[in-house]
Amino acid sequence: MSAVLQSLIDQPYQHGFVTDIESDTVPKGLDESVIRMISLKKNEPAWLLDFRLGAYRHWLTMTEPTWPNVHYPKIDFQDISYYSAPKPKAKLASMDEVDPELLRTFEKLGVPLHERAALAGVAVDVIFDSVSVATTYKKKLAEVGVIFCSFSEAVHEHPELVRRYLGTVIPSADNFYAALNSAVFTDGSFCFIPRGVKCPMELSTYFRINTQESGQFERTLIIAEEGASVSYLEGCTAPRFDTNQLHAAVVELVALDNADIKYSTVQNWYAGDENGLGGIYNFVTKRGLCKGVNSRISWTQVETGSAITWKYPSCILLGDNSVGEFYSVALTNHYQQADTGTKMIHVGRNTRSTIVSKGISAGHSSNSYRGLVKIGPRAEGARNYSQCDSMLIGQQCSASTFPYLQVQNHTAKVEHEATTSRIGEEQLFYFASRGIGNEEAVSMIINGFVKDVFTQLPMEFAVEAGRLLGLKLEGSVG
Amino acid sequence: MSASVGKVLLAVKGLTAAVGGRNVLKGIDLTVRAGEVHAIMGPNGSGKSTFSKVLAGHPVYEVTGGEALFDGVDLLALTPEARARAGFFLGFQYPVEVPGVANAQFLRLAYNTVRGGRGKDELDPLEFDDFVREKMKLLEMDPAFLDRSVNEGFSGGEKKRNEILQMALLEPRLALLDETDSGLDIDALRIVAGGVNHLRSADNAVVLVTHYQRLLNYIVPDFVHVMDGGRIVLTGGKELALELEARGYDWVEEAARSKAARAA
Repeated sequence: MSAVLQSLIDQPYQHGFVTDIESDTVPKGLDESVIRMISLKKNEPAWLLDFRLGAYRHWLTMTEPTWPNVHYPKIDFQDISYYSAPKPKAKLASMDEVDPELLRTFEKLGVPLHERAALAGVAVDVIFDSVSVATTYKKKLAEVGVIFCSFSEAVHEHPELVRRYLGTVIPSADNFYAALNSAVFTDGSFCFIPRGVKCPMELSTYFRINTQESGQFERTLIIAEEGASVSYLEGCTAPRFDTNQLHAAVVELVALDNADIKYSTVQNWYAGDENGLGGIYNFVTKRGLCKGVNSRISWTQVETGSAITWKYPSCILLGDNSVGEFYSVALTNHYQQADTGTKMIHVGRNTRSTIVSKGISAGHSSNSYRGLVKIGPRAEGARNYSQCDSMLIGQQCSASTFPYLQVQNHTAKVEHEATTSRIGEEQLFYFASRGIGNEEAVSMIINGFVKDVFTQLPMEFAVEAGRLLGLKLEGSVG
Repeated sequence: MSASVGKVLLAVKGLTAAVGGRNVLKGIDLTVRAGEVHAIMGPNGSGKSTFSKVLAGHPVYEVTGGEALFDGVDLLALTPEARARAGFFLGFQYPVEVPGVANAQFLRLAYNTVRGGRGKDELDPLEFDDFVREKMKLLEMDPAFLDRSVNEGFSGGEKKRNEILQMALLEPRLALLDETDSGLDIDALRIVAGGVNHLRSADNAVVLVTHYQRLLNYIVPDFVHVMDGGRIVLTGGKELALELEARGYDWVEEAARSKAARAA
C-alpha cells in the first residue's frame, strides 16, 4: 500500500531540458567589481549603482537566516555566477528576431509568446536567465497608459517611477536574500497601472533558469495608482541539473487609494530528483504595500517545485479599510522542503486580512506553514481570518504549522483554524471498492483539498495548476 | 424459494486469510446463486467483517489459501477496483469520510467508472444529477447530501443510506452489506431494507452480514450462516435467525465444539 502511495508521486520533471544557446555569463564570484560590471553592462544610472552598492555593503554584514524549518549545506556565494544572458544577435526590433532556439524553448514550456498570446489575450514578459527577451502586447497596453516592460527597460524609459518606488516596500537591507538581490539583480518585470485604469488583460511573466551555475535574481515592481487594478501571473520553470541553483527574487507591490492588485504564481522550479539531488533553492521576498485607503492586495500561490522554498508573500495594510489576502497551495514530495506562509501587518483602521494555506506533503518531504498576523496599536477594528490545513500522503513526510499572532489593539478580531489529515489506506480502499483507482482517488481528494485556493486563480492558470498537481503526485499513492 | 435454480454467482472454497501473521479466516465455504439472499450472522470477532473485506480486496489482509470465483472468474486475482467493476459491491460497516470531495462528484465518478466499464454511456453532471435524485427518492434522502463532502458529518444512518444509494447507482450483481443495519433507528432500517428489496432481482444476489435478526424481518433470507472463529459453523434457513435471536450464539459454539470433538 505505501508502495502505491509512493509511486503516485514519482512523476518525472517535464521541463528538465537545457536550451543550447550562446550566453554571456560572467565568471563566478561576487565583489564590488562584479556589481559595477553588471551595472555597466546594463548601462545604468549612477543612483541605481549606488542602490546596489549600498545593498551589497549591508549584505556583507548580514548572516543567512537559520530560523526556517529547512536544512541544506552552506551556500558558497562565491561559487555562483551573478549574470547570465542569452547573447543577442543584434538589437531585437521584433519577435521574428528572437533566437529561434529560444522560441522553441518557450514552445516546449507552453508559453504562448505571440499568436498564442494573442489568442489567450495574455501579455507575456519572458525572463530567460536574468534578461527579459521579449515583451508582447506592449503597444495595446500603452494605449491605456499601462507600462509593462522589463525592469532594465523601465530603468531607462521611466527612471523617475522606478526611483520613486524601488525599495520602498522591501528596503535593500530588509533581509539577507533581499539585500543580495538588491545588489546583483539583473532584470525582472516592471508594471505601472495609472490612475483609474483597469488593466485590460492579465499580465504574465514566465521565468526560466537555464544555465547550470547561475543564480537568478530578478526583481519585480508593480504599482497601481489610485483606483487602478491589475491581475498579474507569474510562472517558473528550470532545467534539471544535479547541482543546486539559487533563485533569490524580490517582488514589490504598491497599491494606492482604492487600487487592487492580484498576484498569482505557479512555481514549478526543478525540485531535485527522487533522492533529493539537485533542484532550485527558492529564497524569495515578496511584499505588497496597501498604501492607500480601500486598497487591496491578493497573493495566490501554487508552489510545487524547488528543492527548498522559503517565501512569505506579505501585505502591509497601511491604508484604512485596506484588504490583504493570501491563498496558498504548497506541495512537497521526495526530499523537497518548504517553509512558506505570509505576514499580514495591520497598521490602518478596519483593515482586513484572509489567509488560506493548504500544505500537501508526500514522500520524505517537509512542509511548514509560517505566518505572522500583527495588529498594530492604531488598527482599530482590524480583522484576520486564518485557515491552515495540512494533508499528508504516506508515512515519511512531515507537516508543521507556525502561526504567530501579535495583537496590540483590543478591538481586533483574529481567528485561526488548522487541520491535519492524511490520505490513508481506508480512504483509498473505499474509492477502490467503488471502482475508482488510486490515482484518480488521490487526484479527487487533493482537488477537493485545494479547491478554496484554486477558485482564486485566473481560469487558465487554475487548469494548469490542477494538471501540475496531478503530475507531481502521480505515482505517489498506491 | 429460488434456491438452487439460479446460476452460481459466488463460489468460495476453503478460503483462509491472515492479518499480521495471525490467521483470521480458517477455511470458508459459501455458494451464492443469482436471486438468493444470504445472511451471515455470528458474535463479535467471529470473522464476518473480515470475510467481507477479504472478498472486496482490502490490502491489509493476506489470502493464504482457498479460492473465490465470481461468476467463474478468480475474484482474488483482481484489484479491488476491478472487483467493483465486475459487479461486486461491499456496503461498508464504517464508511470513511472524505473531506473536500463533494458526494455528487464522488458518486458520478463511481457510476461512470463502474457502469462505463460495462459499456454504458457516461453521464455528464447534469444528466447524472437527474438520475441520482431519482435514486435518492427511493431512500428518502435529502438532495442536499449531494453537495456535502462524502460522508463528512453524516450521522450513522445517513452514512448507511449513502451506501445503499451507491448500491442503487452501481447495480451490482452481488452486494455484500456489512452490518448495514447497525446504528439505524427503526424508520431508517425500514427505508434501507426497502431500498435493498427494491434492488433485488433474479439476476443478482445479496449477502447480509449482521448481528441481529431484526434486519431479516425486512429482508427475508433464503439461507442463514453462522460464523464463529473464522469459519461458517452452521447453515440453515430463515428460521435459524429466529432461533439465534431466542437462544443466543452460545449453543451454536457449543454444538460446533462437540461436532469438532466427535470428528476428532
